[in-house]
Amino acid sequence: MNRAALGALLAHWRRHPVQLATLVIGLALATGLWIGVQAINAQARLSYDRAAATLGQENLPRLEGALTLDDFVTARRAGWLVTPVLEGRIPGTSLRLLGIDPFTAPPSAASGDLGEAEVLTAFLTGEVVFAPPGTDLPPGLPAVQAADVAPGLVLADIAAAQAILETERITRLLVLPGARDGLTPLTELLPGTTRIAPQGETDIARLTDSFHLNLTAFGLLAFAVGLFIVHAAIGLAFEQRRTLFRTLRALGLPAARLTLLLAAELVVFTFVSGTLGILLGYGVAALLLPGVAATLSGLYGAGVAGELSLSPLWWLSGFAMAGLGLALAGGQALWQLARLPILAPAMPRAWARARAVTLRRQGAGGIALLVVAAALALWGDGLLVGFLCLGALLLGAALLLPPLLAVALDFGAGRARAPFTQWLWADARQQVPGLSLALMALLLALSANIGVGTMVGSFRATFTGWLDQRLAAELYLYAADAEEARAMEAFLDGRVDAVLPVAIAPARIEGAPGQIFAQTDHATFRDNWPVLDAVPGVWDRLAAGEGALVNEQLARREGLWAGESVDLGQGGMREILGVYSDYGNPAGQAILNAAPFREAFPDTPFLTFGLRLDPGDVQALSSELVARFDLPADRIERQAEVKAAALAIFEQTFAVTAALNVLTLGVAAFALWASLTTLGTMRLPQVAPVWALGTTRARLAQADLLRALLLATFTALLAIPTGILLAWVLLSVVNVQAFGWRLPLLADPMGWIVLALAAMAAAVLAATLPAWRLWRMSPAELVKVFAHER
Amino acid sequence: MNVKALLLALCLAMPAQGQGFAGLGQGGEGFALPTPDPTFTFPEDHGPHPDYRIEWWYLTAALEDAEGRAYGVQWTLFRSALTPEGPQVWMGHFGLTTPEAHFTGERLARGGIAQAGVTAAPFAAWIDDWRMEGTDLAALDLVARTGEAGYDLALSAEGPLVFHGDAGFSVKSATGQASYYYSQPFYAVSGTLHLPEGDVAVTGRGWLDREWSSQPLEGDQEGWDWFSLHLDDGARLMAFALRGGSDFHYASYIHPDGRLVPFYGDALELTPLRTAEVAGRDVPVEWRLSLPAEGIDLTVEAVNDDSWQATLFPYWEGPVRATGTHEAVGFLEMTGYE
Repeated sequence: MNRAALGALLAHWRRHPVQLATLVIGLALATGLWIGVQAINAQARLSYDRAAATLGQENLPRLEGALTLDDFVTARRAGWLVTPVLEGRIPGTSLRLLGIDPFTAPPSAASGDLGEAEVLTAFLTGEVVFAPPGTDLPPGLPAVQAADVAPGLVLADIAAAQAILETERITRLLVLPGARDGLTPLTELLPGTTRIAPQGETDIARLTDSFHLNLTAFGLLAFAVGLFIVHAAIGLAFEQRRTLFRTLRALGLPAARLTLLLAAELVVFTFVSGTLGILLGYGVAALLLPGVAATLSGLYGAGVAGELSLSPLWWLSGFAMAGLGLALAGGQALWQLARLPILAPAMPRAWARARAVTLRRQGAGGIALLVVAAALALWGDGLLVGFLCLGALLLGAALLLPPLLAVALDFGAGRARAPFTQWLWADARQQVPGLSLALMALLLALSANIGVGTMVGSFRATFTGWLDQRLAAELYLYAADAEEARAMEAFLDGRVDAVLPVAIAPARIEGAPGQIFAQTDHATFRDNWPVLDAVPGVWDRLAAGEGALVNEQLARREGLWAGESVDLGQGGMREILGVYSDYGNPAGQAILNAAPFREAFPDTPFLTFGLRLDPGDVQALSSELVARFDLPADRIERQAEVKAAALAIFEQTFAVTAALNVLTLGVAAFALWASLTTLGTMRLPQVAPVWALGTTRARLAQADLLRALLLATFTALLAIPTGILLAWVLLSVVNVQAFGWRLPLLADPMGWIVLALAAMAAAVLAATLPAWRLWRMSPAELVKVFAHER
Repeated sequence: MNVKALLLALCLAMPAQGQGFAGLGQGGEGFALPTPDPTFTFPEDHGPHPDYRIEWWYLTAALEDAEGRAYGVQWTLFRSALTPEGPQVWMGHFGLTTPEAHFTGERLARGGIAQAGVTAAPFAAWIDDWRMEGTDLAALDLVARTGEAGYDLALSAEGPLVFHGDAGFSVKSATGQASYYYSQPFYAVSGTLHLPEGDVAVTGRGWLDREWSSQPLEGDQEGWDWFSLHLDDGARLMAFALRGGSDFHYASYIHPDGRLVPFYGDALELTPLRTAEVAGRDVPVEWRLSLPAEGIDLTVEAVNDDSWQATLFPYWEGPVRATGTHEAVGFLEMTGYE
């Protein structure tokens, strides 16, 4: 009996292979996008952990200054447990070089395996460095041994690193625990050095949380869109099989058995779709990961491996998500089925005339959610609230779509005069309930596309302008110590239009770790520095050494604006003269005039120089400087190159988001296609009479296309304002909470129109196959409608 | 950096741990090898011999305080050459044993910078702030301290250097593995131990081993038991057994005036009498040691059963006291117990 019943149930899928494919592919897509995003997040976090474990240096006190290995020896022989670190960029690459002493490095340092005597020898003699697989070094540098080190990092012996960077210096000494008490303080032992407490603020995982939250939100959105598909497909399959269920029950199949069989069917779908989804997710992650890795390393200096591993946990979570989706989509149907009276009329409900009360409820729910979203945007606080606001906005707009469509179509039907047009409007109106889920999915995808596109555009425009202002000097020069700085200044005297020395000191600003910059007054800053909020005469007062400028992040976080005073730690209490934009920097920052800076930080030398000169002379002067001071590549930077690199990073940042957007839109188009296809068969009883009255199949097919276009257009019209609101929430709520800066919203009407057209094209494309099938349908099929007893 | 793996690599070249590193016995290619009938030149030979793969300056002292409580101190500097011309690596071990506690320390350093090294004249051996130095070996200052404990001792030699085996050519297996090996076993020691509960003034006897080689152990040798004893009649006794497929026994009986008599094979009998569970393994902490040719039959017992050097290559090393035909104090080192 089980076999017979199962055979009867499964026969449905044999007769409706497209529906089967829709169900499986829809669920696989939903699971796949979700898994893909999760995989990317997991991989990124793994990489952070590995990076943190490379030396654990974020958690250790450090000694910085003009240090050499002799100073290291001095400190060790005085009893201090210190280990030397040399950090730099490998010339001609974007690779970070980390030179370490394997004998004194802390035990937490995990990466290259020196377990072979030959490898250890080659490492110590500078013949081999450790880097992630696939790392290429310029010719003349040591061979690379593939190792489990953080991406973008090259690990070398300290002496080898000194040779590569052509320096005698080391960057710092890390102070390890376990030394005996009563030692001479390190700063006394090595005069001119600074001991710096561990800095919690470099915790990369925390910094990148917002980025991952963003990705997760996208994953959930994609999953939600996928669920719309599955819900539609499952609901349809149950509706279509109502007569079958009745027959099986009438033949004596117990309700419990029937429910069990259908539940088993869902479980099989879960496994098949889950497996497909996981493989798909792997593909998505593998495709997007390089972009994510580039973003994270560019924005936060966090290395992420470009390679994925498929962990068992993924499989589990993939099945869990697929199962959850099916349970959500099919649970209700199963529940109804279990309680179905044996001889209940087998009348399909879903295609019954849309009830006004449902539409009213949806409308009320949508408006309520929009009110919640507005309230959250205005009065909410915190990143989570920002995302809740996003969710409420999107869901509210989606719920409002069917009632608004109904109103618009009623309005159109009222204005139509010709009978066929009247039928067209009325028919479209009739289909709204059946298509509403798919249309909602389209609305969500389109809104997300418009919103994120607007945000990216605004960000790019603002950032480019800001970069132009901020990087005003043509050439940037970094001196190794005060002596070299003096020599550089003497050398540059008369060769450039202006030398703008800058010093940087770490400080606690309002109790949190931050940086204080020293600036020398110059027209470059007055003309270019992007100031958001300022007291009158800000530059004159700063030049007079009076107060300080602070960055936007600090101003927003502490609620301190121009005219108020700020605690700069060692820099003292100062009046805020102005607030400047400082994109891409998570920490608080302040700017002082050179004179008060020297008083507050007498030991901090001015080692950075911005040089103003004719752009045509940059090449010649930089060659001269490199030759004169024997400068490694990372101590002289041309403005044009820095700008290009910074812009490339931000392009990368949003490439990932854009890719996810396209995928989401694709899933929505698929949902629409699936719904239209199934509807095409279901609504034959409504089309057949029109055909019987003399309308040709070609005309009916055209009408189908037109209706899809009509519905997509209405959806797009609603999606544009929703998308703009979404962009506003992203820029003014989420961004402020996540990064600490607000961006102006720049309208991009062309982009919106293009997206709306894309959505309409997708809708037409989705409607083409069902329309074509109608057009080519044998008249016998249409006649059957009248013969079949329903 | 996987430091554990690194140290495995380093200790591949270290002789004290024969266990499981069968490759070591064949690993001498390109290094200088000890040859019979050596001629030592001092003070130069107190300094390092970088042509040889491994070398150590190994000082142990059996001490007691005014109340007669026994203590032990170990200060060791190992030198290891990774390749004949290649990098040199230094490793320091610290041990301080009381009847109730045992303190361990370990330091590593690269060669080529002054973080660790040895100079012959004036004599100095150091790694970080652990040092053993003096004008020559006759009088040394010995200082080392970890975060927990430390010592500050003065050593004064009351007898001559002694040369083990065949005038300093010390054979380590039946197939001829050998090292250069001499000692200064006649130190009188005094100074201070820095313990968590406070400083303790101590006096006692010290023993310095100097040994260097390039392929010290036979491949199938698992480990060794090594004794250095200061007998109450003024004589000294060094005895070791290399355990494994080719067990190898050796003893140096050193007369109070420094004359050394070597004994090979069955002349030395070593029998474990009691084992203790230390760091999850059974280690013999009480031995019967007899050298009938010199009328010696002793029961040797650890001052502290738990004298476990929990360094990356762990081993047992601590002070012992002996009774029987003689009263004696000294040190015991045991490696290769799993």
